[in-house]
Amino acid sequence: MRLTGAQIVCESLLKEGVEVIFGLPGGAILPLYQTLPEYPQLRHILVRHEQGAAHAADGYARVTGRPGVAWATSGPGATNLVTGIATAQMDSIPMVIVTGQVARASIGSDAFQETDTTGITLPITKHNYLVMNAADISRAIKEAFHIASTGRPGPVLVDIPKDVFTEEAEFEYPDKVDLPGYKPNLKGHPAQIRRAVRAIDQSERPVILAGHGVIFSGAYDELRELAEKAQIPVITTLLGISSFPDDHVLCVGMPGMHGMAYASLAIEEADLLIALGMRFDDRITGKASSFAVNAKKIHIDIDPSEIGKNVEVEIPIVGDLKAVLQKLNERVSSATHLDWINRVEELKRDHPSMKIRETEKLLPQYIIRELSQATEGKAIIVTGVGQHQMWAAQHYKFTEPRSLVTSGGSGSMGYEVPGAMGAQVGRPDRVVWSVAGDGGFQMTMAELATMVENKIPVKFAIINNNFLGMVRQWQEFFYDKSYVATHYTGNPDFVKLAEAFGMLGIRVTDKKQVRPAIDKAMENDGPVIVDFVVEEEENVYPMIPAGTTIHNLIEEPAPEKARR
Amino acid sequence: MTTNGSQPRHTITALVQDKPGVLNRVASMFRRRGFNIASLAVGHSEVPDLSRMTFVVEGDDRVVEQVTKHLHKLIDVIKVSDISDENVVSRELALIRVKAKVQTRSEIMQIVDIFRANIVDVATDSLIVEVTGDEDKIDSLHDLLRPFGVVELIRTGSIALNRGMGSARSEDRSARQRRSPPRWGQAASV
Repeated sequence: MRLTGAQIVCESLLKEGVEVIFGLPGGAILPLYQTLPEYPQLRHILVRHEQGAAHAADGYARVTGRPGVAWATSGPGATNLVTGIATAQMDSIPMVIVTGQVARASIGSDAFQETDTTGITLPITKHNYLVMNAADISRAIKEAFHIASTGRPGPVLVDIPKDVFTEEAEFEYPDKVDLPGYKPNLKGHPAQIRRAVRAIDQSERPVILAGHGVIFSGAYDELRELAEKAQIPVITTLLGISSFPDDHVLCVGMPGMHGMAYASLAIEEADLLIALGMRFDDRITGKASSFAVNAKKIHIDIDPSEIGKNVEVEIPIVGDLKAVLQKLNERVSSATHLDWINRVEELKRDHPSMKIRETEKLLPQYIIRELSQATEGKAIIVTGVGQHQMWAAQHYKFTEPRSLVTSGGSGSMGYEVPGAMGAQVGRPDRVVWSVAGDGGFQMTMAELATMVENKIPVKFAIINNNFLGMVRQWQEFFYDKSYVATHYTGNPDFVKLAEAFGMLGIRVTDKKQVRPAIDKAMENDGPVIVDFVVEEEENVYPMIPAGTTIHNLIEEPAPEKARR
Repeated sequence: MTTNGSQPRHTITALVQDKPGVLNRVASMFRRRGFNIASLAVGHSEVPDLSRMTFVVEGDDRVVEQVTKHLHKLIDVIKVSDISDENVVSRELALIRVKAKVQTRSEIMQIVDIFRANIVDVATDSLIVEVTGDEDKIDSLHDLLRPFGVVELIRTGSIALNRGMGSARSEDRSARQRRSPPRWGQAASV
């Protein structure tokens, strides 16, 4: 079948089962857009800014497990994607991005809207392609989806010059990929698995530290089986949240900088740390050389380069978590670890990290609790980065997998708006709440128009403190309350803003209004903004300052710092 | 080519696909991860469409472990071997332009002879010396020629192969790894 390059792109996407594309056209990618009417099966969602397209594709991928797809034109179109691509790369999100490039003859001449897209995205993609012939497009796209979605997932970019879209070539979709340099190890080394079993059987105070990999691998049941069979407390990283039910008796929550003090303390006291699909991020470890010093460490990850990168481990296993855990579970002995479980319960009692101070004021933590109850822990929660993100991670009781969608590694403010849009498109059957910061929300709020236009009913809970809250908290703690460039004194009226976009807006200033506002938002079948005007200088506790250890833990406000 | 006295050097070879941009991917990874390359040499291998790169990397075992893993993570890199601990033949070629007056020419030629190097160009006031050998040999010759006045020096960077039957071909990977003594983390790539 002879087709144009543009048709080959669309045919290839259909072969990969793509149903939705987030994008925005421009000159170099126009030939591709002009073939879209021939492919009504491909739903295109026109965004307002390419960053929105990339974050939306990312959010779609996080909730569905399938690669998200974004399109953009050359030059500024491609550079606007960069934050979104880097966000996906840091959190290992499968994405395939197609960008238009200037025509082949113009490459390298600084032509209008030319930028070195593959050069710019090289360090922030798992792999990328510049496709110089229409005949090579189908193979590039086949490989792109394969690379994006297998092994440790990640974004793959395919850059296609304008005249390659119009060039004709024979189309035959390859049925397999030939990538001699890319063969992820899935099975796990049997001898290493035996060592891990022995270590688990011999341990007295084991903890599991479950990361994002559990979700990628779909190893929820296997994780639960291991935890229950050997009675091992489960601690989840930020991105591991929702891989294990928060209401499970063995769930200990999130450790680290703003994690539960008892989770960090349990890691400190453990004699065995079973790290599953996580990468010992500095927000988890603090000072890496002092992390879990009393524990032998088992690290199971699909990416060999994560083994020994930040923390040395005694028993590394490279493989797919689901496959490796199945083999582990067959051999691990049942255990009760009664003393240890009791000790962890004692830590929970002595360090009640989730305590909310008694006040009539509107506290962000209270809002998240109400949201958790109103949605019975079943909503998809999307956040940006900062205080609101930490409160959402701490106080929402997640009960279903793939329910916390958040920019972890990259910490991209503004993710919460388009990320939520992509999540809702991926899971129209679920309630999606974007817990947003007033700062991040304003970075990407142009996508509200996209949501109204496409009837994407995301509910926004803006935790509005008129501050870049987390930065302000650091200024309070470490810079003697010198609030440089963190106070917004001219925020827009978010209710009027909602109305301007053609959506419902609700303002909440009082505790008593919280639950009714949440209920009212969910009764509405379109996107809704709830502007929660909260205590401005509320802090996230507990906190372990960056680069330090659990011994520097700040559990709650010091009495003299207690406010007004 | 500065030698950092405290950092040991390792020789790593990589078999890579001969595609546009591969060198950029490899170099970009080294830069981004902050790994130090002492030298890098690239050329065709015995397999069409595959090139072999030889890196001399500065760093402790942990750094080298990370370098090999991150190299291997690149899609276009097919095979990575750390051949530092093995029985290897390592060679580098250098061209040295050295000042040579009538009075000094014969002395230079004697030194060149001792090093089994060649004089490949003679001008009225200078010579070009071609020397092949491991890094130490080239460093030594350079030191000896320096008093005469080294005008220009260019080195190719080391290339290396295992001695005997050990090959860096990807097919032999599992066999090689069985032979070499396991180190921490090595099971990771088995």
